[in-house]
Amino acid sequence: MAFGDFLTLAALAVAILIATPLWGGYIYRVMEGQRVFLSPVLRPVERVIYRVSGVDETAEQDWKGYTAAVLAMAFVAIAAGYVFLRLQNVLPFNQGGIPAMSPDLAFNTSVSFETNTNWQNYSGESAATYGTQAAMLAVRNFTSAATGLAIAIALFRGLTRRSTKTLGNYWVDLTRGILYILLPVSVIGAVVLVWQGVPQTWNPTQVVTTLQGATQNIALGPVASQEWIKEMGNNGGGFFNANSSHPFENPTGLTNFLEMFALLLTAFALTYTFGKYAGKQAQGWTIFAAMAAILVVGAVLAMHLESQGNPLFPNTVAQAGVGNMEGKEVRFGSAVSGLFAAITTGTSTGAINSWHDSFQPLSGMVPLFNMELGEITPGGIGAGMYGMLTIGAILAVFIAGLMVGRTPEYLGKKVEAFEIKMAMLTALVLGASILGFTALATATAPGQAGPLNAGPHGFSEILYAYSSMTGNNGSAFAGLSGNTTFYNITGALAMLIGRYGMIVPILALAGSMAAKRRVAPSLGTFPTTGATWTVLLIGVVIIVGALAFFPALSLGPIAEQLLQNAGKVF
Amino acid sequence: MIGFLRRVLRPAIAILIAMTVITGVAYPLVVTAVAQVVFPYQANGSMIVVDGKTVGSSLIGQFFNEPQYFWGRPSAATSSAAPNGYDASNSAGSNLGPTSKALIDTIAQRVDDMRKANGGGPVPVDLVTSSASGLDPSISPAAAEYQVARVARARGLTEDQVRTYVARHTTQPLLGFLGEPQVNVLELNLDLDGLLK
Repeated sequence: MAFGDFLTLAALAVAILIATPLWGGYIYRVMEGQRVFLSPVLRPVERVIYRVSGVDETAEQDWKGYTAAVLAMAFVAIAAGYVFLRLQNVLPFNQGGIPAMSPDLAFNTSVSFETNTNWQNYSGESAATYGTQAAMLAVRNFTSAATGLAIAIALFRGLTRRSTKTLGNYWVDLTRGILYILLPVSVIGAVVLVWQGVPQTWNPTQVVTTLQGATQNIALGPVASQEWIKEMGNNGGGFFNANSSHPFENPTGLTNFLEMFALLLTAFALTYTFGKYAGKQAQGWTIFAAMAAILVVGAVLAMHLESQGNPLFPNTVAQAGVGNMEGKEVRFGSAVSGLFAAITTGTSTGAINSWHDSFQPLSGMVPLFNMELGEITPGGIGAGMYGMLTIGAILAVFIAGLMVGRTPEYLGKKVEAFEIKMAMLTALVLGASILGFTALATATAPGQAGPLNAGPHGFSEILYAYSSMTGNNGSAFAGLSGNTTFYNITGALAMLIGRYGMIVPILALAGSMAAKRRVAPSLGTFPTTGATWTVLLIGVVIIVGALAFFPALSLGPIAEQLLQNAGKVF
Repeated sequence: MIGFLRRVLRPAIAILIAMTVITGVAYPLVVTAVAQVVFPYQANGSMIVVDGKTVGSSLIGQFFNEPQYFWGRPSAATSSAAPNGYDASNSAGSNLGPTSKALIDTIAQRVDDMRKANGGGPVPVDLVTSSASGLDPSISPAAAEYQVARVARARGLTEDQVRTYVARHTTQPLLGFLGEPQVNVLELNLDLDGLLK
């Protein structure tokens, strides 16, 4: 791992530290309906949307109303998306005889994009029309990201409001999230990507004759507009099969840096937004520190291990100082590909600039473990914060409360049996879905037919798939053949469980907390800022994740590492 | 129940339609308009045109195995039309894991082939591992240097003459750390053929 690789990490950290208060403060003002510099342009658009939708923007919803609205949107978007994919062959902007998706693939894909997972059992070049990419998939990139954001904001309100029933209005939060937060940055980001070489055209695949006289078909498309929101919205679904390793999605060292920045930007900024709601920025920065610490440790580990190369390669291969280049691009190098892998899985994005399946055993475990922690370091837009506050903060105050023998409190509110039940439910849903579906796949013939690689790595491919789909990440150990009825259906179920199995208990928790009175902090109150709290938070997150998944990880990457040390191949 | 469904479904449908128009139609069209006016070369795929004919994209690698050309990386983007890879309508990596026998055997085979063509010595790792996209346009400077003697021999040039071509198509990381040093294989080969204007 070279000095330049550390510089990349350091520059990214500095950029995020600077952006967090600015962007997080802006998000707060937007979500609370305050005037921002874009209001003169966007406010009229916003009003028209409410008028045609019959939404009264001043009417707030209680947690049940908010949940019903979230689920209604999901149902409509998944159903409409399914119909779109089944009809894409006849809908406009089919650039060259692309057929409709099969029923199970269309179901999987529609669920995948609306749950912010973007698991892809199809190749973008050959199985999605330009119309599908722009008017269906990219739209879900916006709606699913803004939904995650909305739910985080609803939870912030629930935790910090006093003696109320309402959490805000989902339709308003969704609309503002798209119009004021995601869309303006996407326009700028997409144009910057084009400047660096990302195509933005509606012309079909271009056929060229190569220098050696062969024919090469070069797939093009409106890539840039989709690329930026795919990163910024923590969606991750590639325009092309090779995702952000494709030179048309990620052509330069600069775009690679900007894409990593886009992945982290909003997820970390929301810690500051949370601080604004809590009325104390230290509450947000503490969460920021816990998220960043876990992310950076994993990232450095992946960077280091990938830059060491593969010990099983013959010694006639010059790997020293270059590292493991299988499944990687020269312009990114091995270490920064490891960094990208940690970031894309620490946020629930799943875009890849190298194939995680070809990582060394333990560096491949970094993305796997990031997803199994519940996508909270820093997680996806909104999803990371609502996950961290429940799986992390609520459970941590509970454990601290057990240690000091007092009813736990968070932000001046008592955390009682109902809240702990809801928080535990989110943690259990995660483990049950990942491990349950992995067990099902490894025990049945259609599941066993999936892996490309043999030995423990084949098991890792299955475990990775359900960790990714349940965590709504979308990256893969992509040797797995996912476009089968078995994986399409079980995968869609895992994505639905991972998304709505988290959201519903979290909104219930938010509603319950909103109704409580605030109690004055006493001597027995465990402070939820500062170093002790940060360490406790990190400890709870790691222990909950490790307890649930260590046995499964032992069968996959850890076993593979030991066998690699012994020189075994499969 | 019906009233409740109407209350939640109407905004869901209306907002989905509104967002499809705004983020699914207007947004990509606005970006296209700006891109095509301000950066038409990049927006259309950075295509290289020689004597009125498009010979490839400067961002997309091509398959090379003739001795007078620099060779790019092994490619897993294969298809019936492109058995040697570099099918730019079918980007893909090998997805072979670190303990895959198929991977280790393939690497050993590629090392043999490389040493037969270029002489002994350690082979730069990027020349024997398949890229992520299968379309990697670049090789490392070490991988270019490894092939200089062969290309010079095939073209009847001195090695130093070939190195000046290589240097012309080597780019350094932005600000010294964003990205890796790289040699663009297609542009280098076009230049050696005297086709780059």
